[in-house]
Amino acid sequence: MSRSITAEEVSQIPQSGGTNYINAEQGVWSWLTTVDHKRIALMYLVSTLIAFLMGGFFALLLRFELLHPGKDLLDAKGYNQAFTLHGAVMVFLFVIPSTPAVLGNFLLPIMLGAKDVAFPKLNLLSLYLYWTGALFTLSSLVTSGLDTGWTFYVPFSTAVSDTSVIAVTFGVFILGFSSILTGLNFIVTVHKLRAPGITWYRLPLFCWGIYATSLVQVLATPVLAITLLLLIFEKVAQIGIFNPKLGGDPVLYQHFFWFYSHPAVYIMILPGMAIISDVIAVHSHRRIFGYKAIAFSSVAIALIGFLVWGHHMFTSGQSELASAIFSFLTFFVAIPSGIKVFNWTSTMWRGSIAWNTPMFYGMSFLFLFTIGGLTGLFLGTLNVDLHLHDTYFVVAHFHYVMMGGSVIAFLAGLFHWWPKMTGRMYNDSLGKLSCVIVFIGFNMTFFTQFFLGSRGMPRRYYTYLDQFQPLHAFSTYGSWVLGLGLILGLVTLLASLKSGARAPSNPWGAKSLEWETQSPPITENFKRTPLVTHGPYDYDTTEDK
Amino acid sequence: MSNPPNIPPITEDGFWLPAQASTIAAETDHTWWVTYWMSIFFFFLVIVPMIYFAIVHKRKSETEKTSPIDHSMKIEIAWTVLPTGLLLWLFALGVTGYANSQVAPDNSYEIKVTAQMFSWSFQYPDGTVSGELTVPKGRPVKLVMSSQDVIHSFFVAEFRVKQDVVPGLYTTLWFEANKTMETALQCTEYCGEKHSNMLTKVTVLEPKDFQTWIDNGGTMEKMPPVEWGAKLYASRGCANCHSVDGTRVQGPTFKGFWTKGSEKLTDGSTVKIDENYVRQSILEPATQIVEGYPNVMSAYAGQLRDEDIDALIAWLKTQN
Repeated sequence: MSRSITAEEVSQIPQSGGTNYINAEQGVWSWLTTVDHKRIALMYLVSTLIAFLMGGFFALLLRFELLHPGKDLLDAKGYNQAFTLHGAVMVFLFVIPSTPAVLGNFLLPIMLGAKDVAFPKLNLLSLYLYWTGALFTLSSLVTSGLDTGWTFYVPFSTAVSDTSVIAVTFGVFILGFSSILTGLNFIVTVHKLRAPGITWYRLPLFCWGIYATSLVQVLATPVLAITLLLLIFEKVAQIGIFNPKLGGDPVLYQHFFWFYSHPAVYIMILPGMAIISDVIAVHSHRRIFGYKAIAFSSVAIALIGFLVWGHHMFTSGQSELASAIFSFLTFFVAIPSGIKVFNWTSTMWRGSIAWNTPMFYGMSFLFLFTIGGLTGLFLGTLNVDLHLHDTYFVVAHFHYVMMGGSVIAFLAGLFHWWPKMTGRMYNDSLGKLSCVIVFIGFNMTFFTQFFLGSRGMPRRYYTYLDQFQPLHAFSTYGSWVLGLGLILGLVTLLASLKSGARAPSNPWGAKSLEWETQSPPITENFKRTPLVTHGPYDYDTTEDK
Repeated sequence: MSNPPNIPPITEDGFWLPAQASTIAAETDHTWWVTYWMSIFFFFLVIVPMIYFAIVHKRKSETEKTSPIDHSMKIEIAWTVLPTGLLLWLFALGVTGYANSQVAPDNSYEIKVTAQMFSWSFQYPDGTVSGELTVPKGRPVKLVMSSQDVIHSFFVAEFRVKQDVVPGLYTTLWFEANKTMETALQCTEYCGEKHSNMLTKVTVLEPKDFQTWIDNGGTMEKMPPVEWGAKLYASRGCANCHSVDGTRVQGPTFKGFWTKGSEKLTDGSTVKIDENYVRQSILEPATQIVEGYPNVMSAYAGQLRDEDIDALIAWLKTQN
């Protein structure tokens, strides 16, 4: 039996510079049949970034259409398809899989000191399911499109729409299994594959966040699968489940749908919070403030998140009592989120803050997510929601959470772990510039939409009252700035692959385990199973505690 | 482009919210402003320190030591308990206002609302039916709503009310308009291709003017049938699917309709175009679908008075 070595010893192993997980095997086949979590993560990265570009293209298209009332570029049908595909692609093909399947896959085993996830072959199956689901979903592009909104509300989707509802819902059904299997894999991995010395409280907070996310994926996604199957039954076999003309109940569909899709919001934001906890602590070179509070608030959000789905339905015709209860519970999700934000800010207090790209994205996240969270209070408050429901205020709110939160956090994480994943350093000035442009463009696009919504502009409108034109135009100009910033960020990363300096194993002076193996890591992650003797945030401190 | 014909703008009043025009609007806006200032407070509570720390603690050397303080029970309890209290206050404000907005007073004036792709229809207690919503000032109005096809939603910004209109279910909503005004009613649940055209005009009248409006069958001044028919064509959703300039939309165009003489149907039969054909096609459109067109029009049985159908026929005859 081999002797365990300490983390310090591992870091002193001379770097081979030669073999790593990327060049260990050659050829397309070696990638398609790999069970290495890091290679699978890279394939997810490429796939989800393609989805992001597609979703972004639809976003620019629909924003362009909204420059003026009436037709600019698309007709009403084209516009309805553009916003539907934007939502469906971004939610199901990008945001939900991005952080867990890319960064989670890559980092979780390394942070735990493991060689791979618990079920490597299952991990590869998840990827193939993702691709299969994506093919079904995107097949709508070459068939008859999709015009139901990403929510597939009945009876419009089952009784009226003549677009590819069945293909897309079946695609999302399959994507759900990809998500469930990834979640299952991660839960088992965290429980069983921690290296000696990694107690639960020595897990990086990234792992806690991914763990909480996995719980939601495993528990909520099956409900989506059932719902979509019922929808397909109704559409194909005319079995009356949701359509009142067949004896069904359309409000029941909304309960089923949001029972998954509200927790899905946490599938999207918890990994973002997980990234930010690590990014802020590492680039502040400081012990994270309130480790346990952040860890348990992730689990609390995951659990309370199951009890608030009815806040999407305050105007749906559900009972007034139900609305009151859901509003009450909704405020309790705000508390753990608030606790996290306070802890992150406190972590910067008397830290040593690096002004680099990941930290810029991290601070951008704090700014935007705080706005996203606080505007949620308006929507959770019952009488105010009656005015704001289904207006642009909601659109602005969830973009601040989903994009300003999840996507900006994903970018922070990508810039943070890029040297580890690819072995290359990128141009930090360009990275920071991209962050600033994205920040400006994002606020131009979406802050404007708060005014649109509070002044009464409904969402999902192809044309609109004249009085909203100036604000719509400004939001569209913002979308161009935002697009430019994102492309610059992507170019910065891609350019590093060609001309970036070689990354050292620990470019940020971080303390968690993934920085103690070489960049990029070898296939087995560590030459020997490390023995961990300190926490992930044990930075050098001043004496005056 | 300009607003759809006959749809007035939403009255603005300041930066954030539209003008108030119902009795509950002030309470809703009070909750809004409490939430607003609370949000501003917490936003600065987070962002000001973040920027301050980023500047004063900017890294000067790689070996810099940092604070060992990684928790504080006192401050953590404070930032848990204080927001919890404030959030409970918000909940209470919201639920009180919501309760007031959901329970209609007993003496409410009841209007039956029918929504369909892509038009609204309002039926008054005396049988008057209108495609626009006209209500008296100073009297609670209760809407009993249902949909003929998919889910729609009733939204009038100045009243601060919104309620989905669901097929197979009656939903209700009430408000009391407190000033005479005109505004737009917008559908706020996505309902298909012309969702953003599912708008109509809302008019609040002085009670005596409202009485005149009702007595005239849904108009302030009696109109000649052709003019009334033209108004119905625009306000009752006909224009969404039937053009008057020969363009093919979802349904057959009305241009030259009357002089055409006859129409070929999907079942292969031919039908003579006359008053009875038009009447039947409006009330039960599915019974005679024109060849080459989908069966998508909703039935208008019970939503138009005989005078309305007469007016539509009179107007149709003028479309050459």
